[in-house]
Amino acid sequence: MSLPIYDGGVAAGLLSGIVFGYILENAGFGSPCKLTAQFRFRDWSVFKVMFTAIVVAAVGLVALEALGVLRPNGVFVPSTFFWATLLGGVLIGAGFAFGGYCPGTSVVGFFSGRIDALVFMFGMLVGTGFFAGVHEKLAGLMRSAKLEAKTLPQLLGLSEWVVLVALVVVAVVVFKLAGVLERRLGGPLDAEEIREGAQGD
Amino acid sequence: MHSEVRPLWPPLVAGIALGLALLATFLITGHGLGASGFFTRLTAWIGGEIAPQATQANSYFGAFVKAGNPLSSWVTWEIVGVAIGALAGALTSGRFRFQVDGARKLGGLLRVALAFGGGLLAGFGARLASGCTSGMGLSGSATLAVAGFLFLVGFFAAGLLVSWAMGRFWR
Repeated sequence: MSLPIYDGGVAAGLLSGIVFGYILENAGFGSPCKLTAQFRFRDWSVFKVMFTAIVVAAVGLVALEALGVLRPNGVFVPSTFFWATLLGGVLIGAGFAFGGYCPGTSVVGFFSGRIDALVFMFGMLVGTGFFAGVHEKLAGLMRSAKLEAKTLPQLLGLSEWVVLVALVVVAVVVFKLAGVLERRLGGPLDAEEIREGAQGD
Repeated sequence: MHSEVRPLWPPLVAGIALGLALLATFLITGHGLGASGFFTRLTAWIGGEIAPQATQANSYFGAFVKAGNPLSSWVTWEIVGVAIGALAGALTSGRFRFQVDGARKLGGLLRVALAFGGGLLAGFGARLASGCTSGMGLSGSATLAVAGFLFLVGFFAAGLLVSWAMGRFWR
C-alpha cells in the first residue's frame, strides 16, 4: 500500500518529462506529416503507440492494485462531463488535422527543429486566453451531463480484467487491420521522410 | 547525410516504453503525463504580467494567479523535461532539422497560418475537456476513465473528418 509516493517535485517532473519526450521523438511524433498520416490511414503509429501504452499502463495499475502494492483509488481518475469532454476532444482532433500537432507533440516538434510547432504553441496560448475570456458563459456546459460512472468497468458493470482483455483484443485486431491498410497506402513514414518534412519529394 | 539518420522505434516498442513510463509516473506522482496544463499556466502567467487586475478577476485564470506564480507546478518541469528529451532524441539520431514543416502542398506562410489556427483550436479544446491528448486521452484512458475514451472518440472522429476535408494538402 506504499504507492503512489505522491512526489510532485522538480526532479520527478523533469525525469518523467525527459523520458516522455525522448520516447515521443523516437516514435517519430515530432513530425506533423507522420502524425497526420494517421488520419489518412497511411501510418497507424499514433493509434498503435497510444493504445499499446494505455493497455500496458492500465494492466500495470490494475495488477499492482490487486497485489496490494498500489493504494485503491490512489491515482487521479478524471470525471466525465459528457459534452465538454467530447467537444474538447473534437476541437483538439480538428486542431491536430489542421495544424499537425497536439499540445505535447508540438513541444517535441519544436525541439526537433520545427518552427511551425512554435507557431502552434503561440496559437495554443491565444486559444487558452480566448477560452478564459468566455469561461463564464461556458461554465454551465462544463458542469453539465456529468456521468455517475467514472470508469469503463463501472459504466459497463464488468470487472476490470474483462475490460482489459477486451482492450487487448481490440489492440490485436486493429494492429492486424492497420498493417494491411499501411501496406496498401504507401506505408508508415520513416525517419528520413520525417526529417525531410514538408520539403520532401 | 541520409545514412546518418537513425530509424524510428517500431510502434509496439515505443508503445510499451511509453506505457511503462506512464505507469512509473502514476506510481511516483499519483497522476499521469500531461501537456496542456503547462500552456494554461503559461497563458495565466503572461496575463498576470501584462494585465494583472483583469487576470485576477477572470473566472478561469483567477485561481491560478492568486495561488502565487502559476508556473510553479509539476507540469512546468515535466514540459522542460519533454523539451530536453525530444532535443536529445533528435540530436543523437540525426533527425534534428530546422524547417517549417506541415502540409506539404501548401506554401510556407499558409502552413504557418494553419499551425496557428490548429494551436488555437487545441488550446481552447484542451480547456473545455480539462486535458489534452496526453493528460486526458493517454493518461485518462490508462486509468480506464470513461472521460479518456470519450475524448479519444471525439479526437479521432474530428481528426478524420477535417483530414478528409483537407487531405490533399497533407501528403
